[in-house]
Amino acid sequence: MSNVRFKVMESTRSAAQSVFAHRFRSFLTTLGIIIGVASVIAVVSVVQGFSASISAQFDDIGTNVVNIDAYTPPKSRLQGKWARLTYEDYLKLKYQIPGVSHVTPNLQVRGSYNGVTYRDQSISTRVFGTSSSYQKLNAVYCEDGRFFNPTDDNSRRRVALLGPSLVKKLDIKGSPVGQYIGIAGEWFKVICVAEQKGKLFGFDQDDFAVIPFSTAQSLMGSGQWWANIQISLAVDTTEQLPQVKQNITRVLRRAHNLNPGDANDFEISSADQMLETFDSIIGSTTLVLAGIVSISLLVGGIGIMNIMLVSVTERTREIGIQKALGATRFDILLQFLIEAVFLCMLGGLIGLLLGFGAGTLISDITDLPAASVPFWAVLLAFGFSAGIGLIFGIVPAAKAAKLDPIDALRYE
Amino acid sequence: MPKPTIIELRKIAKRYMMGEGGFYALDGIDLDIRLNDYLAIVGSSGSGKSTLMNLLGCLDYPTSGQYTLKNTNVATLDENRLAEIRNREIGFIFQNFNLLPRATALQNVMQPLVYQGLAKSQRKEMAEEALQMVGLTDRMHHVPNQLSGGQRQRVAIARALVTKPSILLADEPTGNLDSATTIEIMALFDRLHEEGQTLIIVTHEKEIADRCHRVITLKDGHLISDKNNPISNVKQKADEVSHV
Repeated sequence: MSNVRFKVMESTRSAAQSVFAHRFRSFLTTLGIIIGVASVIAVVSVVQGFSASISAQFDDIGTNVVNIDAYTPPKSRLQGKWARLTYEDYLKLKYQIPGVSHVTPNLQVRGSYNGVTYRDQSISTRVFGTSSSYQKLNAVYCEDGRFFNPTDDNSRRRVALLGPSLVKKLDIKGSPVGQYIGIAGEWFKVICVAEQKGKLFGFDQDDFAVIPFSTAQSLMGSGQWWANIQISLAVDTTEQLPQVKQNITRVLRRAHNLNPGDANDFEISSADQMLETFDSIIGSTTLVLAGIVSISLLVGGIGIMNIMLVSVTERTREIGIQKALGATRFDILLQFLIEAVFLCMLGGLIGLLLGFGAGTLISDITDLPAASVPFWAVLLAFGFSAGIGLIFGIVPAAKAAKLDPIDALRYE
Repeated sequence: MPKPTIIELRKIAKRYMMGEGGFYALDGIDLDIRLNDYLAIVGSSGSGKSTLMNLLGCLDYPTSGQYTLKNTNVATLDENRLAEIRNREIGFIFQNFNLLPRATALQNVMQPLVYQGLAKSQRKEMAEEALQMVGLTDRMHHVPNQLSGGQRQRVAIARALVTKPSILLADEPTGNLDSATTIEIMALFDRLHEEGQTLIIVTHEKEIADRCHRVITLKDGHLISDKNNPISNVKQKADEVSHV
């Protein structure tokens, strides 16, 4: 055994020598592997960074959150009929559905006074009204100040919670808490600056202003057509989710006077469901990538085999000399095999570094989450490169080992 | 007292499968080579001397016959054992030197020791010793391209000697060298012979053959003469050659 170990070490030494003696050729030979591994690592690092950041988002939200939105089928839209969820719907859900908590209405503040003003600044942003239970549902915490309490909501206080991006855009000097901003022509006292959440799919999650739901209602006038709300709630246990969805459907259909044949004019979506969809997208993306990558590695491997065959022919005489000096078939086989594996692993290493660099660059340029290379991808890239070297090195190595010493010595 | 026999060929034949019935490159060769022999194999081209050389060097199998090297019947050994014998018992010297082109002189001389599984420090020590023996200590770290023909052949001789082989097999060792260098190399062979080395030299040059102590002649695959050069003759030839 120690003899084999010795031979492997000697062969590795001579492989390294021969690879570095022909630097440029070695580089070109292994370019297919470099590109293959680099593209795997780049893509995996971006996808993984993406997936990690999305998982983190879902951790914040919690998988037991259910959102209910009004849904208007395209045909009804053409007829000018718009589905809506109303405050009454919210109340029904809140008091008629068992096994849920934190039922929260969200009302988008829209209309002619879109946006937020501060001194001479006017910034357009998302403004919505919600109740104090919003905090529990969406894990929004105050960096500075306090969240709404039920009293703010009940007495329609003119208080606002700002996202950190909005604070930056408004260019508020000093602590925003206690200062006043304008929303829809009214003054609001800032009571909280939310913690930063970052970007998701390039969408800034920190650019918003939140006011109490009842305040928003009074701003908007509840009778107007756009007073359409969105309702979020938390299911006590995920096992109850299907049952809860059924109950919501039943309650809303009755409230909207839908006949048995009519389609729902609302949509129920759960974070759980989104996570599943997301997982399956990531899964199939990875699968497709794996396919593309294995093709590119195959091409790379054929490149290696080709050059190794040329190299065996070119070194026929050397092989003859080595055999005359006492090299066995196994010695020669090992030498060429290790050279192929060494070349591939070197390509793998360079590809790994390039891929990581490219991944980082891509995520920097495109505002995607930071790239991260999981350890399994590193091992896989290396293992795959070594495997390619073994598989595609064996034919040239066997060819070299089989050479007849006399013919090889005579080879010109 | 006669010196011990190290090589014994009995009815060695080598047939190549070409044309009808094949062609005998060697046909019924009987030959004994004793320790410290200084032997030349001569013959015109096609006489079978290269084939004999390959067989003696364990690079090839005979079609029939017995080849005993130091009490081992080589003709029946498998390839791995043959490689081992080439490595330990035989030192090859070629007409075109056959050095590894990308390796330095020292690395070339170290190469056979790799197959013996010796550690690098030991290989280096032995290779340096062999290079010193051929007088090339100052060119150790040059690659073959940077060496003259004579220097290259001396590297090759050092490489052949480094394993302390039973026989040194030289195939036209001076064929690619000028006359001055030829003298140098032959002087080196003389010295090795005096130190007790067994040498077998394949050559078609009469001057070289005359300098050896024993000359066998091949013709059409048969051994047609096996003569000892008179010692005085050898000495005289050596003087003649050195005056060229």
